[in-house]
Amino acid sequence: MKNRRRFLAFGAGVLAGCKKAPDSESGAHMRVYGERAPGETSARWILELSASPGTGSSRTPLADLYGTITPTSLHYERHHSGVPAIEASKHELVIHGLVEKPLVLTMEDIRKFPSFSRTYFMECGGNTMGEQRGNTQPDVQRSHGLLSGAEWTGVPLREVLKAVGVKPEAKWMIAEGADAGRMARSIPIEKVMDDALLAYGQNGEALRPEQGYPLRLFLPGWEGNTCVKWLHRLQFADAPAYSAKETAYYTELGKDGKAQIFTFVMEARSVITRPSGLQKIAPGFHEITGLAWTGKGRITQVEVSVDGGKTWAEAELQQPVLPLALVRFRYPWTWDGKEAVIQSRCTDETGFLQPTHEELVEVRGSNSGYHYNAIKPWRVGADGMVTHV
Amino acid sequence: MCKLVGFLVAVSCFGQGRPASAELIQKLDITVFADGRGLPVGKGTAAAGRAIYKSKCAVCHNDNGEGREKQYPALIGGIGTLATERSVKRVGSFWPYATTVFDYIRRSMPFDHPRTMGVDEVYAVTAFVLHLNGLVAEGMELNEKNLAAVKMPNRDGFVPDQRPDVKARR
Ligand code: HEC
Repeated sequence: MKNRRRFLAFGAGVLAGCKKAPDSESGAHMRVYGERAPGETSARWILELSASPGTGSSRTPLADLYGTITPTSLHYERHHSGVPAIEASKHELVIHGLVEKPLVLTMEDIRKFPSFSRTYFMECGGNTMGEQRGNTQPDVQRSHGLLSGAEWTGVPLREVLKAVGVKPEAKWMIAEGADAGRMARSIPIEKVMDDALLAYGQNGEALRPEQGYPLRLFLPGWEGNTCVKWLHRLQFADAPAYSAKETAYYTELGKDGKAQIFTFVMEARSVITRPSGLQKIAPGFHEITGLAWTGKGRITQVEVSVDGGKTWAEAELQQPVLPLALVRFRYPWTWDGKEAVIQSRCTDETGFLQPTHEELVEVRGSNSGYHYNAIKPWRVGADGMVTHV
Repeated sequence: MCKLVGFLVAVSCFGQGRPASAELIQKLDITVFADGRGLPVGKGTAAAGRAIYKSKCAVCHNDNGEGREKQYPALIGGIGTLATERSVKRVGSFWPYATTVFDYIRRSMPFDHPRTMGVDEVYAVTAFVLHLNGLVAEGMELNEKNLAAVKMPNRDGFVPDQRPDVKARR
């Protein structure tokens, strides 16, 4: 009884702003907008690239998370010109170019279309930038944290486009954001008419400002940069714009000095999130767990190796395995206390097998860094410390 | 228009929104294509761009485009390095089209005050950045008719997506 009272008092006391009722055993008051428990401190890791605010990224703490949905507050971000303050009631989407009827849509107009919700992963085209050159990061948040999973809600773009009538000569759609830099990307018409989404919701609520409030483009399975945030203009054209962010950035410079351009899809990839870099484990039983994903449909298999890649065993996939979404895998492991190298590799429904670093670099060289999707080995030292290899 | 008959209400209201006027589109449309379509009427030389650059760009990109620490990118250098281990991707060495340089400067720069320059200022400062890279002469006037013809060193340096290019072995 005494312990219970102390526990409840503690629970109520730590909730800032909530009055503690001295002689009550009931808990704290309710909150109009929820917060996590005070002891839960997992956070994004922010890398501001320049002294001017607005360029850089924040990365998801993958090692701390369960399941496959990233809490919205921990979803990764990559910005090129900061986060604009936009009022939804004043925001408009203009659709023009090679269309029969150029249109202006308010958010209210867009929300009137039948809504569509689906769980998808999103990954930055530059996730794990640096590893291709052999510059590894100490933990999975910093190395792989430009990756998140969420339920996105919006309107299939092709439904909205019925109202404007896209002309047959239109082969590309240029999507532009209302951020300070008016970031723009050219999207092939096939993707636009396939599964492109005008998204206004994430994990059941309106987009957060950092995720493009009130409207963003969402292109399932494609590099995050194409999912233009704060979307305010769609221009249909017979050619791509060759914008800065699709030429100078997000292109893959190969060994021969030629760069692959319009490399949109994220190829299959997996990574062990626990145990992973900077964690310390004790000998005995551990469940190795991690995530797998592919921009080309479904993950069909994840294998784990605990002997540096000599032998591989199949991991269990959390069902249901959704296409274009994060997949959680698990593998039971008893660590004998001797140095070990653990890693995962995945296969997707196209038969694509995740390559090793050496296999990738052999073909692509080490110039690029974008779309790097090689196997990630972690070394478990005899002292239990997990480090990058 | 909305018809007020049951299920059809929804269906026929989906085409909502209002027509986008030519004036609105003209105001918003800042896309410049590689062939020069979309370039606004205007002109400028590197000679005129030097002073604009000095007052509006040098604070971040340095006096001659050398860039500064904290990721203020250099706007010069790298030409001839792309096929080497130490490749340097810059405006002059990597960007395929001069129109992209113009488009990006017009839409995104100066970083802290984007879209505050007049059209002629954008032509002039674009000419100056290209001049710093040795790509246009100081006195050459760039305008909506000739900008797309400026040949960037890496114009032919891009190839379509080659993936799946990496074959993993079991
Ligand atoms: C307040 C600082 C600042 C000022 C002033 C500024 N820039 Fe920038 N500029 C940046 C930053 C930061 C980036 C990188 C943006 C990013 O990461 O997306 C950049 C990128 C660029 C690039 C692309 C370079 C590359 O290779 O990625 C060009 C070209 C450029 N600026 C030109 C200009 C010009 C011309 C002016 C003057 C009209 C100007 N900038 C003024 C900060 C500035």
